[in-house]
Amino acid sequence: MEIASKNENRMRIVSVKEPRIDAAVAIEFKDAMRVQTDGAIGTVILDLSQVEFIDSSGLGAIVAALKHLGQDKQLALAELAPTVARVFQLTRMDSVFSLYPTLDGALTALGNE
Amino acid sequence: MPAKEGSPWGTAIPPFRITVTSGKLAVREALTAFIGKLEPLDLDIEEVGTIELILAEVLNNIVEHAYPSGSPEGPIAIDCSQIATGLSVQIRNRGAPMPEGQLPIGMMNAVDVGLDDMPEGGFGWFLIRHLAKDVTYTRENEENLLSMRLAIGVAPQALS
Repeated sequence: MEIASKNENRMRIVSVKEPRIDAAVAIEFKDAMRVQTDGAIGTVILDLSQVEFIDSSGLGAIVAALKHLGQDKQLALAELAPTVARVFQLTRMDSVFSLYPTLDGALTALGNE
Repeated sequence: MPAKEGSPWGTAIPPFRITVTSGKLAVREALTAFIGKLEPLDLDIEEVGTIELILAEVLNNIVEHAYPSGSPEGPIAIDCSQIATGLSVQIRNRGAPMPEGQLPIGMMNAVDVGLDDMPEGGFGWFLIRHLAKDVTYTRENEENLLSMRLAIGVAPQALS
C-alpha cells in the first residue's frame, strides 16, 4: 500500500497513491493510516485524488481511521472521484466526514477554522 | 455487432461467463475481466462504477463468507447477458450457504451516533440491495446462486 504524508499549516495531509481502496488492501490501508496519522495534532486531510474505486471494506477502513484519531481530531476527505463520492453519499457517510472537492479548498477552509 | 430490433441497446454483446477461483485477488481479477467484456457497450463512467461496486460487494461476500479463510478455495462463476431492461447477472459458487439460507436484509446501521459506535461494516448488502434490482438467492445441489438485474444501458422508454 503506497501512502505518503506531510504536514502543512499545522495539518497532516495523507495521500493515497493507489487506484483502489478495496477488500484486498483494507487491512493494509488501516495499518498504514495509523502510521501516517501518528502524532498529527489537529486535522488530518485524506487526499484521495489518485483513488478511482472504493468498496464497503475501504469505506469501513476509513471509518476505522476516523475512530482511531479520536474525539479531538478530525478527518477531512479531499479530491473524491465521482464514483468514490457516491459510496459516501449512498451510505450517508458524507454526513460524518467533511468532503472537499479539492485539496487546496480543504486546506483553505480548514486552515481558517 | 448491431443490437436486434426493438432492443434498447445500441450495441449487442454475446452472453459471457467469467470464472475465477476464490482468493485474495479473485475479486479484482473478476471485476477487470467483467468490465472488459462490457467495453463494446461504451457505458458511461458512472454506470461502470455502479456495476463494479455491486459486483465487488457480492464477490467480497463470497470470498469472505462462502469460502472463508482456512477453508479450501473454490470456483466462482459470473454469467451475464443483455436483456431489454439491463444486464441479467447470475453469480454461482460452491461454498457455504447464506446464513439461514436467505439473503441478508441489508439494513444500514445508523450513522448519527457517537464516534465509538460508528459502523465500520454492514455497508455491503445495503449497497447491493440499493443498487441492484430483482436480487434473489437460491441454493441447489450444494451451489449458491445469486441472480440480479443491473438496470444500465436502458433507454428511457424501457424504464416505464
